[in-house]
Amino acid sequence: MANPGSEDDTPTIKMDEPESRADGDGVSGLEQSREMTPPPLPPRPTTANLGLLDDRPTTADMGSLKLPKRTSRPHLQSQATTALSLTDIQIQSRGESASINSSPVSRDPSQKRSISRFGRFVNSSEDDSASTRSYAPTLDVPYDNVSMLGDEPSPAWKALNSQLDIDESLQLDEAFEDPLSERITLEFDDLEVRAGNGSNETVLLDQWSAKLKHFFVLSASGKPVYSRHGDDHLVSHYVGVAQTLISFYQGANDPLKTFTAGDTRFVMLAKGPLNLVAVSKIGESEAQLRNQLESLYMQVLSTLSLPSLEKIFSNRPSTDLRRPLQGTDVLLDGLSDGFTRGSPSTLLSSLECLRLRKTHRRIINDSLLKVRSPDLLYGLIVAAGRLVSVVRPKKHSLHPGDLHLIFNMLFEAGSVKAGGGENWIPLCLPGFNNTGFLYMYVSFLSPAEAAAVASSPVTAERPRTASDTEHTPSSDDLAIVFISPNKDAFYSLRSMRDSLITSLAQSKMLAALAAAMDAGRAPCSSILPGGTPLKHFLYKSRGNVQFTMPSFEPHFAGPIARRKLMTLYAHLHEVVHVRNSHLKVLHAVSREATALAWVTPVFELYCVAGPGVARQTVTQAANKVVQWIRKEEERVFIIGGAVF
Amino acid sequence: MSDSPAPSAPKPSSSVKLVLLGEAAVGKSSLVLRFVNDAFEPNKEPTIGAAFLTQKCNLPNRTIKFEIWDTAGQERFASLAPMYYRNAQSALVVYDITKASSLVKAKHWIAELQRQASPGIVIALVGNKLDLVEDEEEGEAQEGEGEGEGEEDGKVRRVSTKEGKDYADEENLLFFETSAKSGHNVNEVFTAIANAIPETSLKGPRGGAGGATQAALGSGAQDNSRVNLNANADAGPKEGCAC
Ligand SMILES: Nc1nc2c(ncn2[C@@H]2O[C@H](COP(=O)(O)OP(=O)(O)OP(=O)(O)O)[C@@H](O)[C@H]2O)c(=O)[nH]1
Ligand SMILES: [Mg+2]
Repeated sequence: MANPGSEDDTPTIKMDEPESRADGDGVSGLEQSREMTPPPLPPRPTTANLGLLDDRPTTADMGSLKLPKRTSRPHLQSQATTALSLTDIQIQSRGESASINSSPVSRDPSQKRSISRFGRFVNSSEDDSASTRSYAPTLDVPYDNVSMLGDEPSPAWKALNSQLDIDESLQLDEAFEDPLSERITLEFDDLEVRAGNGSNETVLLDQWSAKLKHFFVLSASGKPVYSRHGDDHLVSHYVGVAQTLISFYQGANDPLKTFTAGDTRFVMLAKGPLNLVAVSKIGESEAQLRNQLESLYMQVLSTLSLPSLEKIFSNRPSTDLRRPLQGTDVLLDGLSDGFTRGSPSTLLSSLECLRLRKTHRRIINDSLLKVRSPDLLYGLIVAAGRLVSVVRPKKHSLHPGDLHLIFNMLFEAGSVKAGGGENWIPLCLPGFNNTGFLYMYVSFLSPAEAAAVASSPVTAERPRTASDTEHTPSSDDLAIVFISPNKDAFYSLRSMRDSLITSLAQSKMLAALAAAMDAGRAPCSSILPGGTPLKHFLYKSRGNVQFTMPSFEPHFAGPIARRKLMTLYAHLHEVVHVRNSHLKVLHAVSREATALAWVTPVFELYCVAGPGVARQTVTQAANKVVQWIRKEEERVFIIGGAVF
Repeated sequence: MSDSPAPSAPKPSSSVKLVLLGEAAVGKSSLVLRFVNDAFEPNKEPTIGAAFLTQKCNLPNRTIKFEIWDTAGQERFASLAPMYYRNAQSALVVYDITKASSLVKAKHWIAELQRQASPGIVIALVGNKLDLVEDEEEGEAQEGEGEGEGEEDGKVRRVSTKEGKDYADEENLLFFETSAKSGHNVNEVFTAIANAIPETSLKGPRGGAGGATQAALGSGAQDNSRVNLNANADAGPKEGCAC
C-alpha cells in the first residue's frame, strides 16, 4: 500500500476523465487526484467528472438525502434535499439537452428543423405541456419552467419527457414490460447464411431489421469498415443512406449528431477519417450511445494507433480499413454486445473490484511492488472479471476507457482466454497515449494452476502441461496483466508473474482470492440485512471511478430480466445526467418497480425496489447503502492501489 | 527458457523454442490446441499478438519441452514476428490446403526464416485442414473450378500434396499434411521436429533423435510414413508428444 495514511488523503487509482480520452495526445491523466468518501465530507472538485454533468460541483450542488441527522447542515442547499416531497421527479434544467443537440454548432435553427422531421418529441407540444402541467405542481424547485414552456418546449424538457409516462411516473413500465427487452435473447444470434442465389434475402433483411441495435463504422469516404449485424451486401444500402446524410450535414458545416425515427434513435460520431453510427431501439439516450461510439472508436485506435490510422487515410482516402482491422471484429462485437446487453460498467464508465479485506489487498499490493520488473508500466490482477489490485507509476493514471478495452479483450471477446497459456499482445491504449503501442502480458490461471506455479521454482516447469490441461479457462480464473512499453519484456514480465504467484501463495493470498472469488457478489439481502426492500443497486464512487453492486441474483438472473434492469438504470442515469441538470435525487415509480437515483459529487447511487414500496422506505434503504459503503469502502474499492 | 531437469522424469530434458507462422486462419492455434490440449474448436477466434504455451514431448531417450509461440497471422502483426523467431530452434510454417494464397504466404515466411532466423533452425511445412478434402482423391489440385459439393464453401483442395512436398524437399523442410480437427498427423509433426533438433543445439547430456539431419528428414518426407523414419518409429502419438 503506497499510502496507508488517512482515507481523505489516499491517492486514488487516478483515472482521468473519459471526456478527454480520445483527443489527448501524449501521456494524459497525470494529475494526482485525491480520494473522496461519501458525504458529509468537505466538497472538492471531482476529477472523475463524467463530462455529462454540470461543470463543477460545488457545495451547493452537493446532494444529500434528507435524513434527520443531516438536516442540520445549513450549507447544503435545500433544493438538493427536497426530493422527499411527494414528487415523482424534480429537475432543474436549463436549455440545452445532451439528447438533441450537443454542440453549439448544431443549435442552428436549420438543424432543429431538419431534426424535427424525424423527431418523435417535437410534434407533440400539446402532450408536452400537458405532461409538464401534470408535473408542474409537484416541482418545488425554482426553475425556469416558464421559459421552458414558452414558444417551444426546450429540448431538455422534451428529452426528459421521453422518459416520463404521461401519467404519474417515470416510464418505468415501459422499461419493465418493454417487449423489446424480450428480443434480447435473439439479439446476438447470427443472421442466416446468405444463400448462393440470394433467395433468402428477405429473411435476412427481416432478421437484420429485428435487431435492437446496430453499430456501423464507415470511412469518411463512405466505405463500410464495421457492422455489428449483416454482411456488406446487406448493409451497403443503409450505410449509403447514412453516409449521404452525414456528408450532407457535414457539407453544410452543421454535423448531424442524432435524430429519431419512431422509437429508433440514430447517433452519429465523426472522428477524424471515420464516421460511427449507432442505431438503438432500446431507449438509450444520445449521450449513452455517443459514449458507446467513442468506445468503439477507441477500440479502432487501440488496434492501429492514431498516427497509423491517419496515415492510412492520408495516403489513400479510399483505403479499405477492413484489412488492417482484420480480426478485430470480435473485439468490436464484444464491445457492442456488452452495450446491448447492458453492463453497469459501461453505463457508469467505471470498473468493479473484487470485495476483499483491506489487509489482504494491502498484502497483495505490497507483493506487486516487491516483485515489480523494471519493464513494468501498469499491472493488474483481475479475479472473475473484477479488479483485485493495480500497480502503476506515480505519475501515470489508468484511464477507465483503456481499462474497459482491456477487460473487453480479456473477458468478452474470449480469444485471448480461449487460447490458454500466456499471451503477449501489442496494443495502443488511447487514453494513455494514442500515438504508440504498449505490450501486454496476460496470464490466466485457475487457482490450481497458480498453486502449480508457486510450487515450482521460478523458470522451471510451467503449470500448463498435459496433466493439468483439463482445466479450461473460465471466468473464475485469475488474470495477471502486466503492461510494458518494451516489446522485449515478455520473459521479464513472465518471471515477475512467477514471483508474484509465489509470493501470493506464501502469504496465503491465493487462498484468500479463491475464497473471495467463490463468495462472488453478495445478494442485496445480505448486504443490507433486516429485510431491505431493495432488489438491486449500483453505487459508483466517482472519485475512484469504480462501482460496486450486489449480485443480480435472485431477481435479475436471466438475460431478459437483466436487460430490463439495465434499461431502467439507463433511464435513471440519463435523467440525472441530462446536461445542466441539477437534479440530485430522482424518485420513480411504476407498477413493477420503485426506483431512486441519487447523485452527489462523490457518488452516484441507483436503487431498485419492488412495486408499491413507499418512497420513504426506498430512501431509508438508499441511506443504508451509503452507510454500508462508508463502512466497506476499502473492501469494495481499490483506494490508491500500489504506486511506485 | 534454459534447460532444467524435469523434477519427476528420469530422462534428460531440454527446452526447444518453436514458433508457428502462417497466414491468418490457416489453423496455427488449432494445431497447438490439438497438440497441447488434444482439443478442437470449430470457431476459433483469431489470435491477437501471440500466445505462449508449453508442452512436453517424450522421446524414448529424452524429454523435449516445447516453448511454443503461436503467432497471429494477421498482417498488422507481421512486423513483430522477428521477436518470436529470433531465438527459435524450430518453426512450424502452416498453410491451408484449401487456400492457394496461404502457401504463397508460407513460402514468404520460409524465405524470411532462412534469411533471418538462427542458421540451424528446423523448419516444418504443414498443410492443414486435410479433413476438408478427405473424400477427395488426393494428389491433384483442382485449379479454380471448384466441383461438386465443395463449391458452396469453397472447400476443395487448392494445393496438392505433391506441390507442398516438392517445395519442402527443395528447401529441406519437414513436411506434413494435417488436420487439427481430426488430429491427423498433429503429434507426428511435433515429434518429428523434436527428433530433428540437432543434438548440438540441445544442452542436455544426450542428443535427441541421434543425428537425423534436417535434410535427410526433409527428403524422405511422406505423408503417413513420416514418423517411421526415426529411431523412435514405434513412438506413436500416444507415447510421443502430448502425453
Ligand atoms: N475443418 C478444419 N478447420 C480447421 C482446422 N484447423 C483450423 N480450423 C478452423 O479454421 C479457423 C481458423 O483456425 P485458427 O486456429 O484460429 O487459425 P490461426 O492460424 O491460428 O489464425 P490466426 O490466429 O488469425 O493467425 C477456425 O475456425 C478453426 O476452427 C482443420 O484442421 N480442419
Ligand atoms: Mg491463431
